[in-house]
Amino acid sequence: MSRIEQTFARCRQSGRKALITFITAGDPEPGVTVPLLHALVANGADILELGVPFSDPMAEGPVIQAACERALAHNVSLNRVLDMVREFRQTDSRTPIVLMGYLNPIEVMGYRRFAQAAAEAGADGVITVDLPPEEGEELNAALIEHGLDPILLLAPTSSPARIRQICDAARGFVYYVSLKGVTGAASLDIANVAERVAAIRAVSKLPIGVGFGISSPEAAARVAEVADAVVVGSALVRLVAQHQNDSMKIREAAGAFIASLRQAMDQSQAAKA
Amino acid sequence: MSNSTDAHSETIDFSRYPDDRGHFGPYGGRFVAETLMAPLEELKAAYERYRNDPEFLAELEYDFQHYVGRPSPLYYAERLTKHLGGAKIYLKREDLNHTGAHKINNAIGQALLAKRMGKKRVIAETGAGQHGVATATVAARFGMECVVYMGAEDVQRQSPNVFRMKLLGAEVVPVHSGTRTLKDALNEAMRDWVTNVDNTFYIIGTVAGPHPYPMMVRDFQSVIGRETKRQFLAAEGRLPDALVACVGGGSNAMGLFYPFLQDKSVALYGVEAGGLGVASGQHAARFAGGRPGVLHGNRTYLLEDDDGQILGTHSISAGLDYPGVGPEHAWLHDIKRVNYENITDDEAMEGFETLTRLEGIIPALESSHAIAYAMKLAPRMRKDQTMVVNLSGRGDKDINTVARLKGISL
Ligand SMILES: Cc1ncc(COP(=O)(O)O)c(C=O)c1O
Repeated sequence: MSRIEQTFARCRQSGRKALITFITAGDPEPGVTVPLLHALVANGADILELGVPFSDPMAEGPVIQAACERALAHNVSLNRVLDMVREFRQTDSRTPIVLMGYLNPIEVMGYRRFAQAAAEAGADGVITVDLPPEEGEELNAALIEHGLDPILLLAPTSSPARIRQICDAARGFVYYVSLKGVTGAASLDIANVAERVAAIRAVSKLPIGVGFGISSPEAAARVAEVADAVVVGSALVRLVAQHQNDSMKIREAAGAFIASLRQAMDQSQAAKA
Repeated sequence: MSNSTDAHSETIDFSRYPDDRGHFGPYGGRFVAETLMAPLEELKAAYERYRNDPEFLAELEYDFQHYVGRPSPLYYAERLTKHLGGAKIYLKREDLNHTGAHKINNAIGQALLAKRMGKKRVIAETGAGQHGVATATVAARFGMECVVYMGAEDVQRQSPNVFRMKLLGAEVVPVHSGTRTLKDALNEAMRDWVTNVDNTFYIIGTVAGPHPYPMMVRDFQSVIGRETKRQFLAAEGRLPDALVACVGGGSNAMGLFYPFLQDKSVALYGVEAGGLGVASGQHAARFAGGRPGVLHGNRTYLLEDDDGQILGTHSISAGLDYPGVGPEHAWLHDIKRVNYENITDDEAMEGFETLTRLEGIIPALESSHAIAYAMKLAPRMRKDQTMVVNLSGRGDKDINTVARLKGISL
């Protein structure tokens, strides 16, 4: 079983939903990232999404755009992100890491070389925001061959036929983007999310993560009621930005925030049981 | 990435490109976040429905004639020709279009499509501001809400166009992220589109972006080449020996070239911005200094660093200051159907001044790159040979930039 499968199995057994956290690698500077990842795990994160900085992050709102710019000011490239994964793995062999970014840095490295390097570093999955399954066959095959899960996005605009196509190509879990918009956008419509998640469940056995626009313990708890995993990104990255001059404060603030989401999600699940 | 470029342009039927998924050989395609896949499919379906629809085409033709002022003249630049002492030079006068550049051809086409698709709000990215002005213009005419994204740096260097857009009722949003130029404006327009897909039509201003944009923009701009062919045959009784156009994203060049791709005797020259010289790294010459990658929804030649981060570009002209290039150009480059050259800022300035003084035509700084290349090419050709240079726009928008370069304050 892959680390991602094991994680979802563990969550199911203990009656809790997975909490997935996103931070941009190298934000605000490279030394912050690995200790922060450990702090997120210590406070209840089940899966770590690690953003690979890109100069033109077309799907990101202002918060993650700024994070990319801060990381790129330190030249945090794909290779350096893989170094961070390797370093993290020295003391945590259990928590899955999913790399999330854009295609071009992977193109430059080469699909096979990237898949091999990411697997060797200890990554578990890859989300390529601007790579729909139509164009992704070659990269996804390379990832699978090296034991990495290609994790694909589903959107409110995805037709039933596309949902099926995407779930067929995906491994590990699918990521439902809960709103039409960029990361960090305002509000999400829980009833609508529930409906869409049910439609995805009808065609796929893969666990479903829901993200974009989840910024409070309440929202996380409500999404946890319908999805298998809750993804939080911009709200966390905003805390990193707020405390960017003090890495200790970043860990404290991020840790406390993740702990509050964890608690709210677990309470709502316990109440349901 | 896997499919290799078709071997030879000799045997290619150019009308069969792109394929159904928007590929020109290994280039093009659709590389966007999932949310945009459905709206792009919807756009493609609408375009396929109307592209050959007699009523749609009649309306487009009417607007080309009565609103844009088409056909634009094909003008024999006699004094420029004599000055250079080589091939006979004609200018395709897109500068005489309503709003002063070729951009309106495409803006009208897409706005007519938006109208049929029931979209009440249009958005655009702009570099030089010409596409922004064209979009604001058609939005005013069709009573649509209009938002234009423009890099903060371009807002400064193209201020007359910013004011024109505002007069036309558009909201101009300066983009402060990244390099604060055209590529960042495009990112921001995409972000708007993904947020407002239900009521919004994104009018992309060049032959870039995800499928079907490169094809659709090329088709709307092809009126340039179709007219040129007809006009040139009428004037000279044969086809020209060479065509020259500047290449930012590549829409004026694609529009001129496309109807001639099958005519092997016609040599095609696309002119990129050489900035301070390709060796300086301060340029926008994707073919001389770049390599294939993926940006803004398509695979094409890009200026990027070794980590795949997109590089900032430099050109005296905002409209050529872009790190990518339309995917059809990437393919035409690889199969060697089009020759891509570059012209430095200084050479472009010389082209600007030469045309202004010899012909009484003030060209846009973008078009000045094409003029400057023609000034190199014409003397190398025989006097009985001919060329057409696409004068993609007029230079009124650039007078502040030119004055600043000359140290004059207006
Ligand atoms: C007058 C003029 N020519 C050329 C261009 C470059 O665009 P394209 O390469 O799409 O024709 C622009 C873009 O703003 C322009 O305003």
